[in-house]
Amino acid sequence: MINLTTLTIVSARKKLDTKEFSAVELVSACLAEIEKKNGELNAYLEVYDDVLDQAKRADEMIANGESYPLLGIPLAIKDNILIKGRHISAASKILENYIASYDATVITKLKKQGAVFLGRTNTDEFAMGSSTENSAYGVTKNPHDISRVAGGSSGGSVVAVAANLALGALGSDTGGSVRLPASFCGTVGIKPTYGRISRQGLMAMGSSLDCIGEIAKNVEDVKIIFKAISGYDILDSTSITDATYPKLSLKKELTIGVPWNLVNGKGINPKVKENFKESMKKFEKIGFKIKDISLKNLDIALAIYYIIMPAEASTNLSRFDGVRYGLHKDGVNLLEDYKETRGRGFGKEVRRRILLGTYILSAGYYDAYYGKAQIARDILKKEFAREFKNVDLIATPTSTSVAWKIGEKSDPVSAYLEDIFTVTANIVGVPAISIPSGFCEVAGKKLPLGIQFMAPHGGENLLFDVGKQFEEIRENKI
Amino acid sequence: MNLKDIENLAGLARIELSEDEKKSLLSDMRDILEYVKIIENVETENVKPEYKLFNVWRQDEITPREFSSELIKEQFPDAQDGFLKVKKIL
Repeated sequence: MINLTTLTIVSARKKLDTKEFSAVELVSACLAEIEKKNGELNAYLEVYDDVLDQAKRADEMIANGESYPLLGIPLAIKDNILIKGRHISAASKILENYIASYDATVITKLKKQGAVFLGRTNTDEFAMGSSTENSAYGVTKNPHDISRVAGGSSGGSVVAVAANLALGALGSDTGGSVRLPASFCGTVGIKPTYGRISRQGLMAMGSSLDCIGEIAKNVEDVKIIFKAISGYDILDSTSITDATYPKLSLKKELTIGVPWNLVNGKGINPKVKENFKESMKKFEKIGFKIKDISLKNLDIALAIYYIIMPAEASTNLSRFDGVRYGLHKDGVNLLEDYKETRGRGFGKEVRRRILLGTYILSAGYYDAYYGKAQIARDILKKEFAREFKNVDLIATPTSTSVAWKIGEKSDPVSAYLEDIFTVTANIVGVPAISIPSGFCEVAGKKLPLGIQFMAPHGGENLLFDVGKQFEEIRENKI
Repeated sequence: MNLKDIENLAGLARIELSEDEKKSLLSDMRDILEYVKIIENVETENVKPEYKLFNVWRQDEITPREFSSELIKEQFPDAQDGFLKVKKIL
């Protein structure tokens, strides 16, 4: 019997290579868990019918003596990353019957390693949301308390990992969509440096912000998926190379910067603050320096985000017009075709953001909103660059509180405020990781909390190193 | 912002809206715009933005790519003789 609760990608690799179990046995164990739990959790929108065939091919590769870090490892893929010949919908009605005609670059790379794709996972429609409540196919529930949200928008991918329905997963992160659910469900999730992982084949939302992120049970597993899919891609013009940013030299004594003004601000759950302060004390004990970095403009990051993101999203989503693929509603003329297709195909949050973006980009308001936000973004980038001369990392809690009750945040602004700690990394373009930092008991349920680390551009390795140290001090191993 | 503005934006964005939704969107938009207004407080007058915008070029070389034109054609909402069929524009 395979114990999926304790099984990691690293340990599964060893057991597959030593023939302790086969890929078929491993994915069968995942399929059995999915069968048991997915009806309630709604993590997967579709479980592929050829999973066992994929696993058989992986077993053949293993039998031939091949070994790759992800060979035979069962993964879950967010429903906005293209796999050729398979349904992909971005959890939207407008793409209900859409079939991808090519593989995303990340999928090509995973296929080369012989990874097994279990299925596509639920998300907020077009990744627009922080809770996976905005899916056209129902909410994804938090495995720690099914009356609560999983977080979003990559809620399905994160729950797949948290509930042992996969060993790892891909999500996308435009303003925190990998890190926030990772924090809510007790998994690790990373948003890499902007451009580090090719987005060819990822459905675009905010093109200057979007990143493909990795989700797994621990930092080492996340690192393995990251290594497998990162790298320059000629098919993505925003792709970067290893030489784009200077290599960080690993110092013996590291300094963590904390924007205490934001952490101690109003609206942050006292238990979140307490947990975060404990984590910082543990770092001090093992020789880290903690420095107060009250970034002046950090509180406007969220405003910048909710100007730039809808502007870019409204532009990106203009392609869904019912002409070439997806839902088509017939009107009296072409203009009515567009209006009816888009009016019926897009859900409420998507319509809201498209309208908001259209307003922000309209002639009379462009300078006041979009123009101003771009300059503010530049100021924030410079502030970050200055701070990273004095500190090696920046740490914050990942979220202001624990996962909220399903339906609790029905007005858009209260849901948007949940992204306060995560959006900055997307605006500045730096890598950021969320790691479980403990639990908070609410009404008899133990709900996970997360800590977020940000590093300078290209500093993923620093996040992995410090992340692993944090996993040890969290368990009081150091 | 008023209902007329919402109707105008919906027209520009090519989205059909119900009367009820126009009203609820109006109130949402007011809330969101009220929030993002804090951007006005950022001093930007003496800031010269350093956008690092540049073109990304590559050689115009033919390299094989795996994609399925069959899958693309199968998904046309309307087609004739393998071509996408659309309503007249003019």
